[in-house]
Amino acid sequence: MTAETAPLLELRDVGKDYGSVIALDGISTTVRAGEVTCVLGDNGAGKSTLIKILAGVHRADRGQLLLDGRPADFGSPREALDAGIATVYQDLAMIPLMAIWRNFFLGAEPTRGRGPFRRFDAARAKDVTRRELAAMGIDIRDPDQPVGTLSGGERQSVAIARAVHFGARVLILDEPTSALGVKQAGVVLRYVAQARDRGVGVVLITHNPHHAHPVGDRFLVLNRGRSLGSFPKADVSRDELTRLMAGGAELDQLAHELERPAT
Amino acid sequence: MATGAAGEPSTRRADERLTAVGPLRRLLVKPELGALVGAVAVFAFFAVQSEVFRSARGVANWLDPASTLGIMAVAVALLMIGGHFDLSAGVMTGTTALTVAIVAVEFEQNIWVAIGVSLVVALLIGFFNGWLVTRTGLPSFIITLGTFLMLQGLNLGLTKFLTGTVTAGGLASVPGYSSAEWLFASRMTILGAEVRVAVLWWVLFTALATWVLLRTRFGNWVFATGGDEVAARNVGVPARRTTIALFMTTATAAWFVGTTLAVRLTSVQANTGTGQELIYIVAAVIGGCLLTGGFGSAIGASLGALIFGMTQLGIPYLRWDADWFYFFLGAMLLLAVLANRLVRRYAEAARR
Ligand SMILES: Nc1ncnc2c1ncn2[C@@H]1O[C@H](COP(=O)(O)OP(=O)(O)O)[C@@H](O)[C@H]1O
Ligand SMILES: [Mg+2]
Repeated sequence: MTAETAPLLELRDVGKDYGSVIALDGISTTVRAGEVTCVLGDNGAGKSTLIKILAGVHRADRGQLLLDGRPADFGSPREALDAGIATVYQDLAMIPLMAIWRNFFLGAEPTRGRGPFRRFDAARAKDVTRRELAAMGIDIRDPDQPVGTLSGGERQSVAIARAVHFGARVLILDEPTSALGVKQAGVVLRYVAQARDRGVGVVLITHNPHHAHPVGDRFLVLNRGRSLGSFPKADVSRDELTRLMAGGAELDQLAHELERPAT
Repeated sequence: MATGAAGEPSTRRADERLTAVGPLRRLLVKPELGALVGAVAVFAFFAVQSEVFRSARGVANWLDPASTLGIMAVAVALLMIGGHFDLSAGVMTGTTALTVAIVAVEFEQNIWVAIGVSLVVALLIGFFNGWLVTRTGLPSFIITLGTFLMLQGLNLGLTKFLTGTVTAGGLASVPGYSSAEWLFASRMTILGAEVRVAVLWWVLFTALATWVLLRTRFGNWVFATGGDEVAARNVGVPARRTTIALFMTTATAAWFVGTTLAVRLTSVQANTGTGQELIYIVAAVIGGCLLTGGFGSAIGASLGALIFGMTQLGIPYLRWDADWFYFFLGAMLLLAVLANRLVRRYAEAARR
């Protein structure tokens, strides 16, 4: 797609240890504006560790992180956020009993008036919430509705819209579809594509190649902390992804074991 | 389906399940609705049977206990929405009242100096409560139970030590008393009935608290901190500071009520306020506050206090035994808790 521009984010041989456990080693990939980079891997492969490095929760022990081609080093989630890297964790950071528009602006409330009369500009917050959600194609009639009344997929979508609104250039989604049914997962993937089309670089973490393949432009496959490669979409089919994830030969072995005895 | 009104492209292809959120259900989610219905019912119940109850003088009479309770209930409601309890709130009205009386009389200070010292004491206690709760992560229930017991002991011990009795009195002859009386304990005649100024303060504080809750950033943080503290912190809400500010608000309300009591009565019993903390919580819960935090309203808490005041005076007006008062209050509380549970279930039910 946009092969000539410098990547928003680039990882070079990144590694991370937890004490004596090597959680990640030798990971390289790129995240480009308007593209989706999928990180795939089984449980414990190191996916969450990788995004925590991108989100500023952890520091890499080895390797380099480049933002717009320049070396970057995030000491805290706040620094990463200020650099335009927003993370939507699985537990979402939303308050179920609060209205959608209150959640949308939580921690970044627009105000009007000054001194003791400085107040939350509710009219603007409601208006922007409605507009931003509509721009993402999210159909919510009543922004006064508590977030808890939304379905899991709708909640993910609101979180994505919020990140995009607050100027995320890189949007990291940690397993946004893992707890969802087929239909809801499809809805969320559609919003991922929306964010991509608005020029955001998306990092989508998943262990489901069926979710990753249709939306992804690049696939980083992890296995036990090591990279099995970072492939552009043209170089890898969905079946190959599935095989890679399960560790190729291991899957063949499993299929062999599960087959009925011939006689 | 056809596209709806201009300006809302494509949003009309609405999810048919959304129609369940009709105006009635939306109204049900208003925390103060139950208390409003309750207050109207209680008023009707007593007003029909007792002429005194519905007279201007009668109204002024039952507004009086509702007012001081209401000021506390509003502050306690804010704290509960923020996810915490303050069991020391009741005894703190005693601590502040005693401080006013003792500093003014025993240490021979102008009453305004005494009131200022009392405010500082209250703010320190509130800060201590909030700081300890946020530092340790222990339930505020247990921490403020500790402060409650300590203050109860201090109130008695220090009063006895300094005055030789269990009462601190003699405020009426202290310099500055008349201006303090004007601010905290004056009376006005409205429609031929004498109304205490505390009623005015109560209405004012309820309005202020409602505005803060619904129309300021801080209010948004209060709901968020009580709703899910970790999530709130993750999006940048200063949850610790919010919690400490709420404990200091409760303490400030206790100071205001304590000062009102001291100035009205001019002498203060050392056990003043003990046991009231639960009544504040009852009023807040009747007003729609969830025990789990994150939901409630200041107006609701005030209506809860109003119900309390009407019941407390309505029962003797009907010449019933005063014991019925507690039965009545308990029944109200149970009803409110059951109603609140439904609200929570509705608001949290995720549709799949
Ligand atoms: N905070 C931690 N301390 C020690 N080990 C950890 C920590 N977090 C993750 N690990 C280990 O690092 C490895 C990768 O974990 P993680 O990144 O959570 O994998 P994934 O998200 O792909 O399931 C696992 O072996 C896990 O046990
Ligand atoms: Mg994980």
